[in-house]
Amino acid sequence: MALRNYILVCGGTGCESAGADSIYKNLISECELQGVADEVQIIKTGCFGFCEQGPIVKILPEDSFYVQVKPEDAKELVSEHIVKGREVARLLYNKNESKKHAKVEDIEFYQKQFRIVLRNCGFINPENIDEYVAREGYAALEKVLFEMTPDDVINELKVAGLRGRGGAGFPSWMKWNFTKQVEDDVKYVVCNADEGDPGAYMDRSTLEGDPHSILEAMTIAGYTCGASKGYIYIRAEYPLAIKRLEIAMGQAREYGLLGEDILGSGFGFDIEIRLGAGAFVCGEETALLASIEGERGMPRPRPPFPAVKGLWGRPTVINNVETWANIPVILLKGGEWFSKIGTDDSKGTKVFALTGKIRNSGLVEVPMGTTLREIIFDIGGGIANGREFKAVQTGGPSGGVITKEHLDTPIDYGSLTGLGSMMGSGGMIVMDEDDCIVDVTKFYLGFSVDESCGKCSPCRIGGRSLYNLLDKITKGDGEMEDIDKMKEIGAAMKKASLCGLGQTAPNPILSTLHYFEKEYLAHIKDKRCPAGKCKELISYNILADKCIGCTACARKCPVDAIIGERRQLHRIDPDLCIKCGVCLETCKFGAVFVR
Amino acid sequence: MAVADSLSNNTADANHEMNPSDTFPMIDTIIEQYRDTGGALIPVLQSTQNLLGYLPKESLQYISRALKIPYSEVTGVVTFYSFFSTVPRGKHVIRVCLGTACYVRGGKDVLETFSRELGIKVGETSEDRQFSLEIGRCFGACGLAPVVMIDEDVHQRVKPTKIRELLVPYRNGEES
Ligand SMILES: Cc1cc2nc3c(=O)[nH]c(=O)nc-3n(C[C@H](O)[C@H](O)[C@H](O)COP(=O)(O)O)c2cc1C
Ligand code: FES
Repeated sequence: MALRNYILVCGGTGCESAGADSIYKNLISECELQGVADEVQIIKTGCFGFCEQGPIVKILPEDSFYVQVKPEDAKELVSEHIVKGREVARLLYNKNESKKHAKVEDIEFYQKQFRIVLRNCGFINPENIDEYVAREGYAALEKVLFEMTPDDVINELKVAGLRGRGGAGFPSWMKWNFTKQVEDDVKYVVCNADEGDPGAYMDRSTLEGDPHSILEAMTIAGYTCGASKGYIYIRAEYPLAIKRLEIAMGQAREYGLLGEDILGSGFGFDIEIRLGAGAFVCGEETALLASIEGERGMPRPRPPFPAVKGLWGRPTVINNVETWANIPVILLKGGEWFSKIGTDDSKGTKVFALTGKIRNSGLVEVPMGTTLREIIFDIGGGIANGREFKAVQTGGPSGGVITKEHLDTPIDYGSLTGLGSMMGSGGMIVMDEDDCIVDVTKFYLGFSVDESCGKCSPCRIGGRSLYNLLDKITKGDGEMEDIDKMKEIGAAMKKASLCGLGQTAPNPILSTLHYFEKEYLAHIKDKRCPAGKCKELISYNILADKCIGCTACARKCPVDAIIGERRQLHRIDPDLCIKCGVCLETCKFGAVFVR
Repeated sequence: MAVADSLSNNTADANHEMNPSDTFPMIDTIIEQYRDTGGALIPVLQSTQNLLGYLPKESLQYISRALKIPYSEVTGVVTFYSFFSTVPRGKHVIRVCLGTACYVRGGKDVLETFSRELGIKVGETSEDRQFSLEIGRCFGACGLAPVVMIDEDVHQRVKPTKIRELLVPYRNGEES
């Protein structure tokens, strides 16, 4: 019998942890119970990107987009949608109340997106190679092996103008060309899947949703540059991505797409997975190579660059996951096609992990040159809870903030650097008026200090001093001269540090000092935290006209700092209060406030 | 052995009490698997930690001899990577995400509440060896921040007021 419906269940980490697997299993058993098992195919896919609304279930051919589905909803989805052909309205995503129906193309979240990297995420079952092949998977590899010379491949990448997505934006064709030109019988291809930026998960979703695209791309690089061995260095924190990569590698070997004599071309290539062990600096390419070699992940001075002298001293092409994911599409559709997308400075698309105080958190892929306003307000739906937009942070611990005035800047590598931030790997954290800029900056510095490998002193000592100054300021002990001190130390670190970590660690401070000097001054001069975040500078209080004496806060307070009889006004003892915020969260009457 | 298997958190509790030398044959098996692998030290340490729950001194000495890598170099690697632990950890490992997205959505308050509730600081293990408290840097579920991972379970949108409730099944030993 022909299939009537396809049910796609998101199997990305976010949805998976919210019960997607139970939904998947319940759907299977319900279809059997209700006698329609032969008419539907249920597929667990990679991330749909719309993580805020997860778990997500999409049913084809109607293209019905169900959100926040619970395992117990499976029964109704099958009995109504599949058996009776009626959509389950209460589970459909419809932001526009007037429009009952929500097809994927009607959803604002997807309208301005353009998917190259995430082309298969949410469409195919990542654990089934046939589905990848059905969407032109491995066609680029075949074309390269039988119709193109290595120089053709490099030329195509050059025409495309693809730049590395791991942060630095180095033209990919140049790297490949360096490695190709070096004479050596052993060369390597490496995929950087260490995704260290805390608050970014583009690479994870790509690996979970479309692992074959990475394997295909690495094999193409092997052929082009003359390497027969590849490594994928992936964080141990990504167990699902690791599992799917392993399944994909097994299937690719079975199909003769990996291993010896690929597709009978005579070219052989294989890949090994290496797990990270919890060190951010290992995302830096030279440190990563040291880690694969079994050593401490300490950066090595460049030059020599890995493209010439990398893993075990051999020429090594190292690219980021997202960079790899672009390669097969470029070779199939042509560099010319790719180069028409984006801006003069940056071609193609970029995937961002849109998070923080945004209404629609999730993964978005947009053409380079899209403005921040389009990403945050049109796609992201603006700020959650009706608060005011304050700033957006890009580039993670190496980046900076962008404020309201610059929301209309088309984003690409150059424009973000011009604003004192950087593209980075694609983390985009939206902050609202309740976020303290000094506190968030301290968070980033704390991260860099924790993760500094300690090899060079500018980074080790400078980072610690910067952190201490910020800490002092957030505690109300800051002095005016601290601002100049931070600028001086920052400038010295940028110049003298050995690797990118130390060179960029001061960026969050320099950028926020530039855009939010007033907020620093409020902490230093007035001993005040305007956002009400810095614990040493705030106090929790109860509003007399709102408190009804319900005792809810007093019962929840972990240190018994709230005093008051039933039906009487309560009071918070400032000496006992640890400012944990539990009372604020508990009070249903808005009687607790922060000063 | 598949890499994914080597990750599973079945840190054999019973082995905590085992005589270290009893585990050497198992370590031999691991080393055998990585015999032809360049840079085998880190994968060997990862698999050993997964087997024993942590890396006792005796095992490190044994690995150093077996791989012919100076002991100082082995400990250098072990101390460099935060994934490795040389002390036994609790039955349940709680990792509170302090990635940026979780941080701005209140991750720090969540961490402080866990710390208060369990009476331990980050990096410590409770006296009854039930819980260890650690921080994570982004589990890739940022859309559902703040996120806490207890063993392999991801808990989303965790609120400080709900933490006591969240711990109940682990305290009762239902989910081990
Ligand atoms: C401190 C530091 C951390 C980095 N972390 C990552 C990372 O997590 N993932 C990544 O792909 N690149 C990271 N990079 C960039 C890599 O060094 C390198 O530029 C990248 O892997 C090159 O690939 P691409 O050309 O495809 O971008 C990091 C760089 C520095 C300095
Ligand atoms: S920041 Fe916590 S899951 Fe990403």
